[in-house]
Order: sequence, then C-alpha cells, then structure tokens
Amino acid sequence: MFSSFRFNWLLSTAALAPQICVVGSGPAGFYTAQHLLKHHRLARVDIYEKLPVPFGLVRFGVAPDHPEVKNVINTFTQTAHSDRCAYYGNVTIGKDVMVKELQRAYHAVVLSYGAEDNRILGIPGENLSGVYSARAFVGWYNGLPENRDLKPDLSSETAVVLGQGNVALDVARVLLSPLDILRKTDITEGSLAAIACSKVKRVWLVGRRGPLQVAFTIKELREMINLPGTRPLLDPADFTGLGDVIKDIPRPRKRLTELMIKSAREKPGEKEAALWASATKEWGLKFQRSPLEVLPATDGKQARGIRMAVTRLEGSGESARAVPTGEVEELECGLILSSIGYRSLPLDSSIPFDPKLGIIPNSLGRVQGAPGLYCSGWVKRGPTGVIITTMNDSFDTAQSVLEDLQTGVLNLSNSKEGFKSVRSILHSRGVHPVTFSDWEKIDAAEVARGKLAGKPREKIVDPQEMLQLISH
Amino acid sequence: MAAPVAAGGGTVTRRLLLGAAGGLRLRPARGFRTAGGLQVEDETCTAEPAGDVVNVVFIDRSGRRIPVQGRVGEDVLRLAQRHDIELEGACEASLACSTCHVYVSQELLDKLPVPDEREEDMLDLAPQLQENSRLGCQIILTKELEGAEFTLPKITRNFYVDGHVPKPH
Repeated sequence: MFSSFRFNWLLSTAALAPQICVVGSGPAGFYTAQHLLKHHRLARVDIYEKLPVPFGLVRFGVAPDHPEVKNVINTFTQTAHSDRCAYYGNVTIGKDVMVKELQRAYHAVVLSYGAEDNRILGIPGENLSGVYSARAFVGWYNGLPENRDLKPDLSSETAVVLGQGNVALDVARVLLSPLDILRKTDITEGSLAAIACSKVKRVWLVGRRGPLQVAFTIKELREMINLPGTRPLLDPADFTGLGDVIKDIPRPRKRLTELMIKSAREKPGEKEAALWASATKEWGLKFQRSPLEVLPATDGKQARGIRMAVTRLEGSGESARAVPTGEVEELECGLILSSIGYRSLPLDSSIPFDPKLGIIPNSLGRVQGAPGLYCSGWVKRGPTGVIITTMNDSFDTAQSVLEDLQTGVLNLSNSKEGFKSVRSILHSRGVHPVTFSDWEKIDAAEVARGKLAGKPREKIVDPQEMLQLISH
Repeated sequence: MAAPVAAGGGTVTRRLLLGAAGGLRLRPARGFRTAGGLQVEDETCTAEPAGDVVNVVFIDRSGRRIPVQGRVGEDVLRLAQRHDIELEGACEASLACSTCHVYVSQELLDKLPVPDEREEDMLDLAPQLQENSRLGCQIILTKELEGAEFTLPKITRNFYVDGHVPKPH
C-alpha cells in the first residue's frame, strides 16, 4: 500500500509539469520558450524546426554585414541549453507530424513558424528570367537551402528593387557593397563568387507612394548613404516642401525624413563630395511609381525593363493611398527584385488561417476556436517589425499560456507525454530529429571552414551534407 | 560549449544556475564594451565589476521597485542582468537593437551625456518611445547617478503571472 501511495504521488508531481511545444526556432519560437521557462518552474518546452539548423531569420534573413544583430543567437543558445528545453530540428510539422498529434502529446502548442513565402506582384512578365523575389535573393546569399540554386542573373548594369523597406535596402547594399567588405562576412561562398562577377552598377528602389511612406529605418538608410564606392541619386524635387510637413510628426518618421531631405537637398561636405565623385556605383529612390508590367527582351524570355504607372497620393501619412494619374514610365533594367513583403502560409489544414491577412486568427496569441493552440511572431501579427517587436509579442503570447495554466484553462491533470510520444511517431515515419548538440557540431564545422577563409563561418547550404556531418 | 565572439569584440559566456525547485536563473558573465570603448573581461561567473558602489533603483515591468548596487563604470543593462531584472540585451550592447530600452527621470536625463546619434537611431524603433527614453546599455554608472531610477517599459499586458504551480487535486 505504501508503494502504491508513493507511485501515485510521483505520478501527480509529474502531472504538474506542463508539456509545451513550440513550432519554429526563430526569434518568436525562442523568445516564447525563454519566457515560459523563466516564469514557470516546471514547464518543459520542446522547440521543433523543419530545417536541421535553428534560428530562422536570424540566420537566413539578417544581412551578412549585420553580425551584431545576430548576437541574439547567444541568448537563444542559453535557452536551448536549459535542461527543461529541447530542440528538435529536421522535423516538419504538417508533414512528419501533424498539429493534432502534437496537441495529443502536449498541453499547449505554440505556432511560431513565421513567413516562408512572399507576396507576389500579380503583373504580366513577373515570371520572366531576371525577376526574383527579394526573399529568394536574401535566402540565396544567406544560404537558405531552398534558394541555393537561384543563380540570379547579375549581368545587367541596372537593377530595380520594388519596395522601400529594410529588405530592399539590404539587397541593394549587398549588390553594391565593395567585395572587400562582403568577403569578410558569412555570405555564402557561392553567392560571393557570383556577386564578384556582377555587372550591376546602379540600383533603384522604387515605391508606389512618397518619401513619407518609406518603410526602411534610419540606421539602414544612413548605412546606404555612407556605403563606400557608391553615390546616392536623390532628386531634390521629391522632397520639396517636406520640411514644413514634418515639423510635428512623431520623432522616428521626422528624423528619417530629415535625413533624406538633407541628403537630397544639401550640398555634401568636402569628404562626402570626394567619395561621391570617385564612386563607381550608385543607388537611388524613385517615388510614386507603381509596377504595371515587366517588359520582355526580344527573345521573349528575359526581362529588359519595367513599365510603371505614375501615381499621386490621396490622404497623408501612413494611410496615404497611391492613385494612378494615367501617366506611364518605363525604366530599363535586367534585374528586378520584388521586395513587397513576406507572407505566411497555412501549416496544416486543421489550423485556422486567414489567407487575406496571412495570419492565424488569434486573440492575444490564443488561436481562435482552438483551445490549447497559441501563436507568436510574424504568423500571429504579420511579417513586419524588428527583433524587439517579435520579442514583446512572444512574451505576450507566453503570458497567455501562463495565465491559462494558472486558471486551469490548460488542464494539467491530463498528463501528457511530450516528446516521448512524438519520438515514436517520428521513428515510425523514418524521421530523425536533429538535436541541439547535433547543431553545435554543424556550427563548429561552419566556423572552422569559415576560419580558413577569414569569415565568421562558411554556411553549409545542403541539408544532406548537414545530416551526413552528424551521421544521420 | 562554443562561446561565439560578439561582433562588438566582447566574449559572451552566460551560465545557467538552476534553483532548487528547478527554476531558471540567468547570471550573465561576459566581457562587454562600454560606451567609452573600454573592454572589460570577467574572470568568474558572478564577479562584480570593480569600482565604487552606486545605489540605483529599477522599477520593473509590474511596477515593483528593486534597489540594487551597481559599480562606477558599469552599464545599466549589465547591472540589471546581474540582478536578474528582466532587461533583454539582444544585440549585446552593440547599438543594433532596442531591447534594453528604459525610462529615466528628467533630472537624470539632464545629468547624462547626450546620446550618440546611433543610440537615437535605435531608440526610434523602441515601442512606447518617450522623451525620457534611453538604451540601458549606453548608460554608464557614475557617482553622480546615485539614487537614479530606471523604469522598464510595460511591453506586455501584464507581468504578474509568475511561476504558479496549481495544487494537485
């Protein structure tokens, strides 16, 4: 009788440990996990990732020449090392294991799988050779396996980037940066070699609206203005009268616009003037141009230019709308990168998804109509924002989970097996998860290879090679 | 475990200490770069920096006042993390994020050196930016800051839910 009492006691304490899983190992996944682990002493959090390697856009989205932004990986590594946290890479939720199966194994499932796709232009000629999404281009130079064979055509002098956000600035900067800078970063060897042969000398960032609606931020704009070997092409006429308009607007927009006005209208200082005079490459902003059609070359397969509608603005500020004036303009170019936004996809037919907004319908991170299901990050809010936005949002979702644990909405007396049951499902389907210490072997190999080339790492871009390295 | 070198030049080695009940506590031990460019390396995991004591108060995200002892030369982000106050430093003091955003009193604002343009650029991205916003990693403690208060912005709906373990039934 004593032993059965003890057995029941052990069962009941084990039943008190919430089993939680997170789908996606980017900032949203890791910050949600971090907050849960910190604020619940018993919770176990398992993080699933479809690639063998973790960290999502921190690894595959942040530009190679922005290594400080990637320092957050150290924070995430700490979390992964917690003995109540486990990382399982090479597991695709929605294919290798379904969300319903996760819900049977865990008290709570948090969907943090981000935005793997991009918005499309929806214009004729979009599929001509020479036209790519900025997302694929970024994936290409950052070693995202699915984009490793992109082979972008960099043989024309002029490139047009459609969109005026930080991703647009990133791709322009990578196209125009001196090779001496790029070759010391973690840009992939293959893309560096291609960029070394690039003929691109001029990049236009084209937006449908005006200077007051640009989506990029001041740090990145400053960086572009000061990019060695390049000169900015900003038309002073685009900024006429803006000085008065911005007097009373919020500080971030005001400072950003002031910098553009200054760069466009003020005479450059001696040093700047000298740098710009000797520049061999250039970049510029074109406003109030909306893409209508990508124009084909005579072979009918290659892009040779873009036709755009000239627009005027109705309304002002963030809600200003671009309306066609009837006037049309053409710009000659052989490389077009559409940078008009990332886009989330539905993971699994059982999860509610709003295709129009591209998010999982939710209230404070609780998925609508699906108890036990939560979401954080871009798949919850939409694909915009920097690390702090995602961090705050993930902490918010974790708060919802913690509240639900406290109030009993998540019923801990239903004991859940967590990874134990998922492991047998994966095993029966021939799927071998990659653990965090497996990732650390891959990490060490990348760093060692990078050292030989004077880079922080040389990314492995073939998932098979990654798996072979860890003998899977 | 590999300790990647932060791009700012400092090494980051943070250790996890598990409390008796299995709680997660973070005690950062890292070299860091102060705003003045000095590099300071820690030898042990909980070593306090050298320098005179400066007493300050953090007001955490749930409004709780937490008095702590800092040291002259230490930055406020590091001070917070040394005392388990929930201030994040995603970019590790490289002026590449705004996660260490804090509010300071007006009189303190007047005592502090004017922020670098790069700090202003990052503050522009901080949610709930106010006149008295600063980045914690850029505030270096001096004797003059004795009694200073640093308020963490309320970034989520509420922060009181903490570690409750429901009673078994």
